[in-house]
Amino acid sequence: MTSPLRLCVRRTAVPDSREAATLVTLRLPSDVTCIEEAVELVTRHCLAGHEATESIRFRLRVVLSEALSNAIVRGNCEDCNKWVDVRAELGPEIISVYVTDEGPGFDPSTIPEPIRPEQLDEASGRGLFLIRKLVDAVQFNPQGNSICMILRRW
Amino acid sequence: MGFSESKGSGGVTVVKVDGQLIIGNRHELKDLVQAALDRGDRRLLVDFSGTGYIDSSGLGALVSISKRIREAGGELRLSGLNDDLRSLFELTKLDTLFAITETPEQALSSF
Repeated sequence: MTSPLRLCVRRTAVPDSREAATLVTLRLPSDVTCIEEAVELVTRHCLAGHEATESIRFRLRVVLSEALSNAIVRGNCEDCNKWVDVRAELGPEIISVYVTDEGPGFDPSTIPEPIRPEQLDEASGRGLFLIRKLVDAVQFNPQGNSICMILRRW
Repeated sequence: MGFSESKGSGGVTVVKVDGQLIIGNRHELKDLVQAALDRGDRRLLVDFSGTGYIDSSGLGALVSISKRIREAGGELRLSGLNDDLRSLFELTKLDTLFAITETPEQALSSF
């Protein structure tokens, strides 16, 4: 079956940067069925040329899936006219992945932790919590429509 | 990627998750479980021994089907979680909500 995806991955050296040696960018439509292929594509490029533990691979795949879901569903409201941009800065020790949507943004400090006993029966609300737990650092831009997830390679 | 359904010992409905359980396919799992409930099945096992990763939508789908099964008077077991998958349940405290066993065989004998 032909994939409906129209993904573009560019690999270029980052000039004047000691830390990030490679830059990978990818743009995908606001369609949740694109997420799995996008996750595999970005993960493959992020880990290429490096020894990676299964744990790093797993964490990267989960947080990418979460960030793309949030961007497509909550940020872009699945509007097919809007796009999600992924930018991965790949250094020898650190992977920094930015996921940016075209939505108005949100205040991440207002998102409650979903682990209180009375919340366990809720079907949603765990995405950002999981991201925070699985990466080494999380940052947002001031508008709140772009998340940066930082993982150490080991 | 997908779901396969079979009958285990004692007539337990076994749903195996091959690949990922994520936002793009969670409804497929919910529909499959609902169809089993509609047929009268009340003992269900979801086996993750062939699963790569689960996202929060997949976890949410499991919470939803757990509720449906409970409301129908049935029982749900989960099995086959590797250390990484199990960590997702532990981080979110969902390991306290689900009956989790290491292998499908252990799950089947625990009904």
